[in-house]
Amino acid sequence: MLAGLIPASIWEIWNSLPPLVQYLTVVTWKILFVTIGVILIVAFSTYFERKVIGSMQGRVGPNRVGPLGLGQPFADVIKLLIKEVVVPSKSNRFLFVIAPLLTLIPALAAWAVIPLNDWYVIADINAGLLYVLALTSVGVYGVILAGWATNSKYAFLGAMRSAAQIVAYEIAMGFALVGILMAAGSLNLGDIVRAQSGGFLNWFLLPLFPLFLVYWISGVAETNRAPFDVAEGESEIVAGFHVEYSGVAFALFFLAEYANMVLISSLTAIFFLGGWASPFEGIGFLEPLADIPVAGLLVEGGLHWLFFKMAFFMYTFFWLRATFPRYRYDQIMRLGWKVFIPVTIVWIVVEGVMAWFEIGPWAGLTG
Amino acid sequence: MFQAILFYLFSAVLMGAALGVILSRNPVHAVMFLVLAFFQSAILWILAEAEFLGIVLVLVYVGAVMVLFLFVVMMLDINVEAVKRGLTRYWFLGLGFTLLMAVEIVQLIWLRGQDSDIAGGFEPYADGYSNTKALGSVLYTEHVYAFEIAAVILLLAIVAAITLTMRKRPGLKVQNIAKQVAVRAKDRLRVVKMDAEKRQ
Repeated sequence: MLAGLIPASIWEIWNSLPPLVQYLTVVTWKILFVTIGVILIVAFSTYFERKVIGSMQGRVGPNRVGPLGLGQPFADVIKLLIKEVVVPSKSNRFLFVIAPLLTLIPALAAWAVIPLNDWYVIADINAGLLYVLALTSVGVYGVILAGWATNSKYAFLGAMRSAAQIVAYEIAMGFALVGILMAAGSLNLGDIVRAQSGGFLNWFLLPLFPLFLVYWISGVAETNRAPFDVAEGESEIVAGFHVEYSGVAFALFFLAEYANMVLISSLTAIFFLGGWASPFEGIGFLEPLADIPVAGLLVEGGLHWLFFKMAFFMYTFFWLRATFPRYRYDQIMRLGWKVFIPVTIVWIVVEGVMAWFEIGPWAGLTG
Repeated sequence: MFQAILFYLFSAVLMGAALGVILSRNPVHAVMFLVLAFFQSAILWILAEAEFLGIVLVLVYVGAVMVLFLFVVMMLDINVEAVKRGLTRYWFLGLGFTLLMAVEIVQLIWLRGQDSDIAGGFEPYADGYSNTKALGSVLYTEHVYAFEIAAVILLLAIVAAITLTMRKRPGLKVQNIAKQVAVRAKDRLRVVKMDAEKRQ
């Protein structure tokens, strides 16, 4: 495919390079593409959020910068970049500066194993699901360190709340993923999507519906979004862990929060909604559509389907924020420990029993 | 060659981080150095194609245990000077233990290394080797009883920890969640109809 587009001379130089250099070049370009894509999605999802919440509250939302207000995210970024970063005088300077980076890096690094379509994945590793789980659990350090390094009561309270909340919901998330790997029989994200191919009836959403709910709600809690945003809680502890952050440092926290949301949305789509797979696969009367240029995309799987599913979950994030009041702290803890963890354990047992007696979609697992 | 460079690079960072744990004055810095050390050892494991062990190390130790550590260290008001004074008083004890451990490590490497090729390169596994699968198949077949016993011991520890910390204090106020959920608007709210009053 590529060979026809690139002149033969360049192709020759490329082939003469050592394999390690070739590999590193390809991977670097792949990483660049994914990172820039994620950051662009983050930028426009802030616009998306303000439009969605605006329309839910009977307002217009941003409409001044550029056509339809589409320039708003860039205006915000430029404003934040030229603002001064104020470091509180009694704070721990090094940790204060490094904390936003510690939240952003895991959120971006997790994209290494996420398959965008059948062949585009930066690192196709066997333990992809574990890798994602490990990296999403590392993100909490930035929040705790920001709260501690600021040397402020409000920030410290926010950090403590966030740490307890993330540790609690991580367990429920992990158990929900155990259900996924039992159903898919693999830890590789690409294989998990392939196990769901063949139309929306094969998605894990239907047989694992309780796990889907637990995973999605835990995901909202892990990203500290409303209605679980007690770590920020602007009405009680001003802005929680990032109360003293301004300018670029605040922008990095903002970027990390939205990158985490995009990540959780994509992961939910991959684990439960078949990732890049099209919902209309394997439906007889739609098969001929595959040959028509634009309509064919409807039947064929690909990046666009992952994007639509991700966008749907992003919309749900904003929808939740506009709808629900904030949870009380003890209610969050109760929901995580006493409701979600038992639900996931019960459903794993149900799944195991069904696999053992070869009922439903797990007929082939024990064999 | 490339792997060897990576190995020595990450090992050097690991040693530096381990030194940072014991040398830094601020306990929070020490915890962060320990986190870095865990990350580096996870990378070393991944270099040896033991990706399951490496990722689980990050997941369990960095993602859960060290978060709780950090939690505790931040809450405590540790007097660093007092701790340092203890170090100068017990230096001979520390030195003794260090020597003992050094001897043990050297002997272990020497004993294990006698009939194996330490200086030789690392032999990569064949394509399609999955560390997760290999570990699972050993754990659930050969060592299934030891595995189950370990699981039971861990469960016992969880139950013991909960029973030790859960005590009924007199006068403790607890919310009844079922009652809170069952509340309806008409239980709490009364809509009163009244005629408009005349302006005075």
